[in-house]
Amino acid sequence: MASPLLEIRDLKVSFRTEDGIVRAVDGVSCSLYEGETLGIVGESGSGKSVTMMSVMRLITDPNAQFEGEVIYKGTNLMNLSQDQIRSIRGAGIGMIFQDPMTSLNPVYKVGWQIEEQIREHEHVSRQAARDRAVELLTAVGIPNARERVDAYPHQFSGGMRQRVMIAMAVSCNPDVLIADEPTTALDVTIQAQILALIKKLRQDFGTAVVLITHDMGVVADMADRIAVMYAGRIIEQGTQRDLFYDPQHPYTWGLLGSIARLDRPRPRRLAAIPGLPPSLMRLPVGCAFGERCAHRFERCSELPLLLDRSGTSHLDACHLSPQQKKDLRDRTIHPELVEERP
Amino acid sequence: MTDGAVELAVLEEGPEVAKGEVLLQAEHLKKYFPIKSGILVQREVARVHAVDDVSFELRAGETLGLVGESGCGKSTLARCITRLYDITSGSLEFEGADISKYSRRQLRPVRRDLQMIFQDPYASLNPRKRVGAIISDPLRIHRAGSSDQIRRRVLELLEVVGLSAEHINRYPHEFSGGQRQRIGVARALALKPKLVIADEPVSALDVSIRAQVINLLDDLQDELGLTYIFIAHDLGVVRHVSDRIAVMYLGKIVEVSPAEELYQRPVHPYTEALLSAVPVPDPDLSASRQRIVLEGDVPSPIHPPSGCRFHPRCRYATDICKTEEPPLLRHGSLGHMAACHHPLNSDTSPADASATAADASGIRTTSA
Repeated sequence: MASPLLEIRDLKVSFRTEDGIVRAVDGVSCSLYEGETLGIVGESGSGKSVTMMSVMRLITDPNAQFEGEVIYKGTNLMNLSQDQIRSIRGAGIGMIFQDPMTSLNPVYKVGWQIEEQIREHEHVSRQAARDRAVELLTAVGIPNARERVDAYPHQFSGGMRQRVMIAMAVSCNPDVLIADEPTTALDVTIQAQILALIKKLRQDFGTAVVLITHDMGVVADMADRIAVMYAGRIIEQGTQRDLFYDPQHPYTWGLLGSIARLDRPRPRRLAAIPGLPPSLMRLPVGCAFGERCAHRFERCSELPLLLDRSGTSHLDACHLSPQQKKDLRDRTIHPELVEERP
Repeated sequence: MTDGAVELAVLEEGPEVAKGEVLLQAEHLKKYFPIKSGILVQREVARVHAVDDVSFELRAGETLGLVGESGCGKSTLARCITRLYDITSGSLEFEGADISKYSRRQLRPVRRDLQMIFQDPYASLNPRKRVGAIISDPLRIHRAGSSDQIRRRVLELLEVVGLSAEHINRYPHEFSGGQRQRIGVARALALKPKLVIADEPVSALDVSIRAQVINLLDDLQDELGLTYIFIAHDLGVVRHVSDRIAVMYLGKIVEVSPAEELYQRPVHPYTEALLSAVPVPDPDLSASRQRIVLEGDVPSPIHPPSGCRFHPRCRYATDICKTEEPPLLRHGSLGHMAACHHPLNSDTSPADASATAADASGIRTTSA
């Protein structure tokens, strides 16, 4: 395989607080290759956003401490000055945020905000930038773009604002697009529109996408490879097929089991994961998922590493043997379907 | 609750409505919000048609799911039923009495039976009150026993929702989102209500926690014989909890059906599109599935489209849809009704269906 476009090596992010040190990201390594879509799945507080915000060097909190490397096209982004990183943000790596209302500036027209970004990165005239903005707004499916370019963010609906955000993120043809929960704030019908748009852009421009989400349905639709995060670490990583048809980690099983699915007969009960995620200030010794895991055994007090345990590129951080996993899996994900079988 | 040790005097009366009987009946319910403009004299210049002529029936012990996109009026409908909003017109019968025009004083005893669980567990709990006070408030307001009895009831409620007695003196900020939602559930159940309206109770929660709260609500319904109106935009969750489901679009119910039936054979094109837009956590299925991407946004409820409100976004729309509003008619099996000129998956054409509409149970036709 070619060398990755973006590579994260053992990234650690911690925040010093009054109550102690919060280990938000605790040794994350993963790569993004050209043209692919990497889905990062996890619950709130699992560190998925902090990881990608750190890649973009968007965390300015003086109490934050970073360790590790982020290699983008041979450069370690962690060593760059603010000026240098600014030339990469937008031009090399674009980002879409969850809430399109708070991530657009309410007092500037949307056209102006897109033009500003283009003129920051490329030496073009005001008029040329404006034409590009109109072109981009048309490309992301905003009707009447020539007039709408002079509208303010509040004059757009949620879905339309997210389209504006996407237009802005792709305005300088980045090779990497980081989308942090791009559809979480939107209705399902609008979500379908936005996902279709991201797919189209990916196809037209060959952009590699990092898609952060908590929705397993969205990654089933969009991602080539998937990383599942829990308590600041990646606990399972593999191709889309690996994750959905051969999941190895009990937490991934739990995530799959707790979804009320439309494509399956309705179970009497959902297979909920008991308990709560651990506090990032006092992570348990050993496996962070141990306290909530039904299959815990003695070895789980040792920290499991993210390893290739089956001789493929499918990695997981669980001590159970592959055979044990195979035996336990279906019972954990959908116990009722298994029960009914003779 | 499990041992039934504490029974408070005022709450001892048994359920007046037996399981399966009509508990709540709404007819031609409307809620319009005025939009006012003017400097000295505020004049009404337009109206938001938030809930526009909705009729339905709810039977004791069942769960009615209410789905639709943001702005379709599902939360407004919930607040009309609990009379947190005044109703513009129409009738609302709860246990046989029309409460649509009740005064605050008249509503008091009714409120005991009609409780609500809110979406945002951060905003719906007073941050300056302890959990014990939050849960006991409804009991004290309704004078449901001595302080000692109330305390015992609060402890019992905490146990029912899966919290422990030591939580009674803590503040809401000390809890996670899922635990806070449990406090909200305990508060709603304090007075042993007959009908609980849950407005997006799990939308703000993480997937694994969401399943815990759904299972809790499920168990409580079995144990306490509750009737639920369950509002959510997640169609998977709604299917899981509901016996019947009503789909709303721009202030109107466009389809209502037994839960499984709605997913197997949607009749209204909006329902079809909504179902097809839900991402499926199965890559192969997701790739092979025909997806209907609706164009554009939901139109403004200030000036809703003429005829069928869905026609500007509907791929089956013809001229009749622009001019004539389709009535809610029966399609196929008992209790499956939809308002569409071009129904899908229906053996009965609307013309035949209109004759049989009157005997359909569940929702009544709004076309008088």
